Amino acid sequence: MRFVPLLLAGLFRKKTRTVLTLLSVMVAFMLFGLLQAVTTAFESGADSADAKRLLTTARYSIIELLPLSYLRRIEGVPGVVGAAHAEWFGAKYQNESNAFPVFAVDPARYLDMYPEFTVAPAEREAFVKTRTGAIAGRRLVERFGWKVGQKLPIASEIHPRAGGDMSWEFDLVGVIDAEDPAVQGNTDMVLINVAHFDEARQNARGRTGWYIIRIADSGQAKEIAAGIDRLFANSPDETKTQPEKEFAIGFAKQIGDIGALISRILAAVFFTILILTGNTMAQSIRERIPELAILKTLGFSDTRVTVLVLAEAALLLLIGGAVGMAAAVGMLPFLNGSTGGRFPPLYVETGTWIGAVAVAVALALMVGLPPAWRARRLRIVDALAGHR
Amino acid sequence: MRALRQIAQITWVNLRNLPQRLGTSLVIVIGIAGVAGVLVSVLSMAEGFRHTLASTGRGDRVIMLRAGSDAEMSSGVARDQAALLASLPAIARDGAGRPLASAELVVMVDLPRRGQTDPNNVPFRGVQAAAFAIREELTVVEGRRFNRAVREVIVGRRAAQQFEGLGVGSRIAFRDSDWTVVGIFSSGGDVHESEIWADAEVATSAFRRQGFQSLTARLVDGSDAGLADLTAAVKRDPRFSIRVWREPEYYAKQSKVLETLINVLGYTVAAFMALGATFGALNCMYSAIASRQVEIATLRAIGFGSAPVVVSVLIEALVLSAIGGALGGGLAYLYCDGASLSTLNFDTFSQVAFDFRVTWTLLGKGLLWALVIGVVGGVPPATRAARLPVTLALRAS
Repeated sequence: MRFVPLLLAGLFRKKTRTVLTLLSVMVAFMLFGLLQAVTTAFESGADSADAKRLLTTARYSIIELLPLSYLRRIEGVPGVVGAAHAEWFGAKYQNESNAFPVFAVDPARYLDMYPEFTVAPAEREAFVKTRTGAIAGRRLVERFGWKVGQKLPIASEIHPRAGGDMSWEFDLVGVIDAEDPAVQGNTDMVLINVAHFDEARQNARGRTGWYIIRIADSGQAKEIAAGIDRLFANSPDETKTQPEKEFAIGFAKQIGDIGALISRILAAVFFTILILTGNTMAQSIRERIPELAILKTLGFSDTRVTVLVLAEAALLLLIGGAVGMAAAVGMLPFLNGSTGGRFPPLYVETGTWIGAVAVAVALALMVGLPPAWRARRLRIVDALAGHR
Repeated sequence: MRALRQIAQITWVNLRNLPQRLGTSLVIVIGIAGVAGVLVSVLSMAEGFRHTLASTGRGDRVIMLRAGSDAEMSSGVARDQAALLASLPAIARDGAGRPLASAELVVMVDLPRRGQTDPNNVPFRGVQAAAFAIREELTVVEGRRFNRAVREVIVGRRAAQQFEGLGVGSRIAFRDSDWTVVGIFSSGGDVHESEIWADAEVATSAFRRQGFQSLTARLVDGSDAGLADLTAAVKRDPRFSIRVWREPEYYAKQSKVLETLINVLGYTVAAFMALGATFGALNCMYSAIASRQVEIATLRAIGFGSAPVVVSVLIEALVLSAIGGALGGGLAYLYCDGASLSTLNFDTFSQVAFDFRVTWTLLGKGLLWALVIGVVGGVPPATRAARLPVTLALRAS
């Protein structure tokens, strides 16, 4: 610890240079933090998946519907604790298509499937009892400035009401929230009561989009899923049942390999930073050869001098990295505010911090080793004489 | 005149001894190449997507959907309505007097990407016979068109590239129907190249649909007046609850979310990257010039003016940045141009494929950014060097 002042003195020997280097390192790590947050958001579906939840969709295409009558039969499958269903409403709000997802659900059944969502007991009660009721995710409520108790005029692009009218109106009776930011993205939706919806719509009555199933033992997921699909095999509406996690991973894969794309961008960013910082570091040590020789004259061992140089590089990258990551974290609430539920919430997870430290240390070694080696091999006489 | 001659002389000396300062110069070049490379690659993705959108649809064509539905996926057009719409006078006819209109249905089929097993939502379009006459840009590049009334499909060029088992001659199974791929089509790089096409009648029965989802047609008169005629005719008739879109307008709307996402990502990355590298480049320029303090002071001592010194240093910085910019752009071109990517379009919930496109404009942009970094990084240190009192600068070593 007593060498910290020495390190700092070395680092800030030329203030402009160090500040510029710190800034470029900082920007690189800020990009790292932001882009990793995007990757995390894309993968959050799989992370927040519950191993005891299965999803049943139509076998051939996710957009086909299934009969509502499957509910009882699914519940009868051994190992199934409960089931719920949901259907895509195809919302159009204030003339914007798919401004947010709206699902028609059986309130109690659906909320029982998702214990990670928090809904105030009174609001849940109101949702169960109000046929025209709806509850909405907190981020949506904030984005549109909705108040509990107001009417929600939402049009459907798919489901006309009996008579052909595409406009619907619901009563907002509650708010859905979640503690975990990975889960919160899943609450960016409006739930409506299927009892009213199914009765009032013109087409496809008695059908639903997919089933959510809770099982007792996640170890049996495969068998139970196969059991459910067997029930409906060779019927006009065959099913495909899979654990929620698999479904989420499949969905993320549809988007494509965002992770790989982002890794490549970051690799190019860090390579550039490596070259620039490496050069600056080497230059800085070159200028201080006589000083290092004096340190050695004073009795600093070769190893100690090597470590000093390496520590200087590490300090530079760690400070720059920490400030950059902090800047990324600071920017995220602002970014999340401006997307307002159109995109899952971005956040920096612990893994990203660990990654940042690993990258900083690796870069510090790559940047610091060549000059450290040079400092180690330095011969006092030559260095003091000015032979570099 | 004298100043110009001085600039030329110093610049010439500087450039000639560049190889002696190879290390520092190389660092500047590589740093700037990194910025330009990332910038051009990221923007080539946005450019490729924009190009795919821009080439989809023609101004003299319309797509009709159920009023209130902004996407084919959620739309519905009944069979009898489709026939009535096609026979409206504002819609063009072919030589035999048949309307140039195709009622179409779109369903999603699950296909794995090449080398993977997870299903992806690939759009499967059932089209009527007129579809080919309406879309003149469509050509079958391999094999032949599908025959009517049999389970044959033709596959868009990009879909065939991206997804497993779509070569001519292969069979694909959806639901309880088996289809044979008989051809690969290209349609000028538009979104239809991500689709699979079959005969509408065969598709409706195989996918158990009653009606269609959209009607694509060519206008008699592609001008605004022609479109207004059609819109008015559709509005006047109480049997219709239909909205008419010009094709380009419709397809642009279909990809707004994805386009915004790609652009925001691209430009944010590029901007931060440029910022970070500017600091780095500034640093390298500073140290490069600082190490030449004596040289610069000597030049001034023997009679060269401050301005020529600054300008010549700046020229050197610009030359290095230009080399870096060109190198980065070149690498982006080699690495990215033509690479194709398929992703989920959130608006249509189906896969859309596009190519990265490194255009001359993008390369120009990359070069411009490189030069800006060169100027920003080069001017302050050069000015500083030129301002330092000669005696002081000469003494420093």
